[in-house]
Amino acid sequence: MSMLEVHDLHVYYGSIHAVKGVSFNVEAGEIVTLIGANGAGKSTTLNTVSGILRPRTGTIEFEGESLVGVPAHKMVSRGIALCPEGRRVFGNLTVRENLEMGAFTRPDDEARETRREVYERFPRLKERRNQLAATLSGGEQQMLAMGRALMSKPKLLMLDEPSMGLAPILVQEIFDIIKALNEDGTTVLLVEQNASKALAIADRGYVLEVGRVSKEGTGKDLLHDDDVRKAYLGG
Amino acid sequence: MGFLTNLINGISLGSVYAIIALGYTMVYGIAKMLNFAHGDVIMVGGYICFCCMQYLGLPPIVGILLAVVGCTCLGVVIERLAYKPLREAPSLAVLITAIGMSYFLQNSALLIWKSDPKVFPSVVSLPNITLFGGQLVVSPISIVTVLACVVVMVCLTLFTQRTKMGKAMRACSEDKAAAQLMGIDVNATISMVFAIGSGLAAIAGVLLCSAYPVLMPTTGSMPGIKAFTAAVFGGIGSIPGAALGGILLGVIEIFARAYIGTQLADAIVFAVLIVVLLVRPAGLLGKEMHEKV
Repeated sequence: MSMLEVHDLHVYYGSIHAVKGVSFNVEAGEIVTLIGANGAGKSTTLNTVSGILRPRTGTIEFEGESLVGVPAHKMVSRGIALCPEGRRVFGNLTVRENLEMGAFTRPDDEARETRREVYERFPRLKERRNQLAATLSGGEQQMLAMGRALMSKPKLLMLDEPSMGLAPILVQEIFDIIKALNEDGTTVLLVEQNASKALAIADRGYVLEVGRVSKEGTGKDLLHDDDVRKAYLGG
Repeated sequence: MGFLTNLINGISLGSVYAIIALGYTMVYGIAKMLNFAHGDVIMVGGYICFCCMQYLGLPPIVGILLAVVGCTCLGVVIERLAYKPLREAPSLAVLITAIGMSYFLQNSALLIWKSDPKVFPSVVSLPNITLFGGQLVVSPISIVTVLACVVVMVCLTLFTQRTKMGKAMRACSEDKAAAQLMGIDVNATISMVFAIGSGLAAIAGVLLCSAYPVLMPTTGSMPGIKAFTAAVFGGIGSIPGAALGGILLGVIEIFARAYIGTQLADAIVFAVLIVVLLVRPAGLLGKEMHEKV
């Protein structure tokens, strides 16, 4: 049994058919990436898994239990955390308060322990713990968003475009962190436009095109696939 | 001494506005809607307390507590029945619903308690305090009102800054979808804010009726609009802004009444609001909204 199994997912925005029968699975311990152009349905898929959007049809199972109809705020207690596109940190809350919110459903003493771990992984956040999140740089906000998602100790961490809008040196740092998180036991579902970096760290990948999976394979295979190279890796 | 008396009365009236304005500003902060029925919850609070004291002979403190409980429930029910189904609706639809709810409450009160004004017995039965050999007379209700406002402000500030639920409330005000991803139940948080705001409205209602002891179904409507003005004046969405706006508005109103004229007082209050908004469109303590890209 896979950790996450999505089968024949159809999602609509009003009358727009955004996701047209996407199926994929994530095994425990893997990094799986969904790549594809703008509008391919990657974020829609993640938002549906996280309960923010509802599928018209299709099944989503996490550890054998259906997630369809489970409200978004119940997901973290099941072990799923989404680090949303555009970071979405709480700008008027301090770094520390943002992290506290990430552990909203957990007892305070456990949350304190996890916060220490997050500060160890992201020393910059510790330095800036009393600053308002709005005053952080883009890279720091991304780290805060990831740290906040980790505060719930997720089994499955879903990341939506974590490298978006960051300087190249920071992009590499973010991917290194994702890799390290995975090595420490977190399963990762990664949505990225930066296909080469994503495929380089992923165990497996799915290519999405206008709402459908057009290709799937190991990260390495996709990285060397001619069609994928042409379409997403610049030849 | 006339100046001091007016100042004290102004701060006292302003404290009532401040407590009401907190309800407007917190609800606006989280639900991004103007709850125009808020003023009428004040009136309901006044009537509950009145009935407890007048008809049931209960001590004032019990009347106040029952008014708080009653209004808290009323606020939550109003939100559930009238506003929650419109969470995704255009803001105009919500606004019209709020105005409708305001009339609904007023007319229900008219049916239950009739239109004749009730004389509200003061909840504070202490003698006036006379200072400076009788030149300055302070009514105990003024002092109680100001104290109540201070206590409410301190408690709310501690709640929003220090407690997990308070922080969750601020998180929801900023980004509901992201708050959900943290495991925060946004609907429950919005209900909580309505509960707090309406409970405060009950306290404001009792204080207002004790200072100006005439209770009618329309009693809440003018203070409600003034408090809404105070919330905008201070910067809607800001808790300290509501307090500052409320107190300033109360002081301006009393001074205008004393030195310029009773008929002009309200006009002057709103003229000041217009001037402030021309200079600082977000209100005194409001933040200008910048979209960070």
